[in-house]
Amino acid sequence: MKYSIFSLVRAALSGHKNWQRTWRDATPKDHYDVVIIGGGGHGLATAWFLASEYGIRNVAVLEKGWIGSGNAGRNTTIIRSNYGLPGNTGFYELSMKLWERMEQDLNYNTMVSQRGVINLYHSDAQRDAYARRGNTMRINGIDAELLDLAAVRKMIPFLNFDNARFPVQGGLLQRRGGTARHDAVVWGYAHAASALGVDVIQNCEVTGFTRDANGKVTGVETSRGKIGAGKVGMAVAGSSSRVAAMAGLRLPIESHVLQAFVSEAIKPLIPGVMTFGAGHFYVSQSDKGGLVFGGDIDGYNSYAQRGNMPVMEDVCEGGMALMPMIGRVRLLRQWGGIMDMSMDGSPIIDKSPVDGLYINAGWCYGGFKATPGSGFVFAHLLARDESHGEAARFRLDRFRTGAMIDEKGQGAQPNLH
Amino acid sequence: MRIVCPFCGERELGEFTYLGDAKPVRPEAGASQDEVFDYVYLRDNVAGQTSEYWYHGDGCRAWLNVTRNTLTHEISAVEPATGAGARQVAK
Ligand SMILES: Cc1cc2nc3c(=O)[nH]c(=O)nc-3n(C[C@H](O)[C@H](O)[C@H](O)COP(=O)(O)OP(=O)(O)OC[C@H]3O[C@@H](n4cnc5c(N)ncnc54)[C@H](O)[C@@H]3O)c2cc1C
Ligand SMILES: [Zn+2]
Repeated sequence: MKYSIFSLVRAALSGHKNWQRTWRDATPKDHYDVVIIGGGGHGLATAWFLASEYGIRNVAVLEKGWIGSGNAGRNTTIIRSNYGLPGNTGFYELSMKLWERMEQDLNYNTMVSQRGVINLYHSDAQRDAYARRGNTMRINGIDAELLDLAAVRKMIPFLNFDNARFPVQGGLLQRRGGTARHDAVVWGYAHAASALGVDVIQNCEVTGFTRDANGKVTGVETSRGKIGAGKVGMAVAGSSSRVAAMAGLRLPIESHVLQAFVSEAIKPLIPGVMTFGAGHFYVSQSDKGGLVFGGDIDGYNSYAQRGNMPVMEDVCEGGMALMPMIGRVRLLRQWGGIMDMSMDGSPIIDKSPVDGLYINAGWCYGGFKATPGSGFVFAHLLARDESHGEAARFRLDRFRTGAMIDEKGQGAQPNLH
Repeated sequence: MRIVCPFCGERELGEFTYLGDAKPVRPEAGASQDEVFDYVYLRDNVAGQTSEYWYHGDGCRAWLNVTRNTLTHEISAVEPATGAGARQVAK
């Protein structure tokens, strides 16, 4: 079904009773050219790019629950391309450019809203670091503006500028950053991929790999039977270590829980996305009016999809330091998702040491913004058997060779990235 | 999550800092590159029962070895981490 203003009017006139499913809920076939494990944003985007860019349409996406039940449906929906290190800078901008044309590409309203992302700074040292990052972005053709105090006051007048410990001094603004509707991204990719012949298969958990005499992966074992595959790509985010272990691999990844929070709805307040630079707190406002915010990961390994009170307190303190008036707003909901925290905080998109198995993992808490870019470069890898130029540094062996991409400079301590 | 510190009793999570899996052992000085790489970068990342190091920074400042299930957060055992000091005190 093609969506347009006309289809909307037609459906409205018939009382919205005649909408069709946006995508086909497929049953597994015996064999596919490519099987993607994981029906989150990355898995579905990969399938769509395989079908649309690389002409490979005999593709299945296997999801153990329902599509978007993982991090794709749990994140705070911030998109941006303000990274400072070679490897990340270009890749996230590639992704940003794909966000800018996503709705036309997919014929789906993913509510991409370039409302701007501002990172506030609170000290001279932080201003210098942000100036450097902004310069790196501009050298690479990405928009960035360093705002002084007066400019921030004009843009966000309600902040607690004179906080004695963490006075706001200014901010680094990326106007093209913003938010997108996370569920719609999942449904949009499923919609467009499905239309090109991709099978999106839910309630289908991968429980093992089938291998030939040489060890090459020839397919997967699932809760719905064996499925053969020319190639298998895994995009299972927080479950990366568990799925890789089925092929005998150990990854440079730990699984950690990140929480998100939504307040009751209030009138429009937050102009875009803001981050507090002296602690870890980020916030935007949803179209329904709720403040959507979060902060640090809890810091201990977890697969439980729920977090604990200390981080909740810490996040709320960050919010209060920036905007004391939100103390009277009630918290509505809170939840957690499982992050695939890599050892340098950057992703891995590479062939695995097992023939026929390809890895897309290590997204930490920032993989939503990467969704279209990740799908594009992973499809390239699966189709061509070589890395896309913008993903060439996301190698699995970089931890061995020392070519880490460590934006925070924290070393191999995943809970600090 | 609360941790029952063997020295201080039951305390809230905010008093503790996490280090991680207690299983990897630092290789000897003459170890091969592979062993060092494995120790620094690779993880079992267990889904289920695991033993891990926690530090009771806002309490007795002891390192603890906590047996915890990463699927449920259930803690089944807390012991002083191996180390001469902790062993002595625990006696
Ligand atoms: C609270 C929170 C806030 C976040 N905020 C942001 C943000 O503001 N901006 C940003 O850029 N990123 C953010 N992220 C990170 C982002 O959500 C993730 O990095 C990204 O969604 C991961 O890719 P994905 O969508 O493919 O993952 P997922 O949606 O987790 O997809 C993986 C899928 O694999 C499935 N799966 C696992 N094992 C198997 C198996 N054996 N067989 C079959 N299927 C399996 C899972 O069920 C899941 O649906 C946030 C994450 C969380 C949890
Ligand atoms: Zn103690």
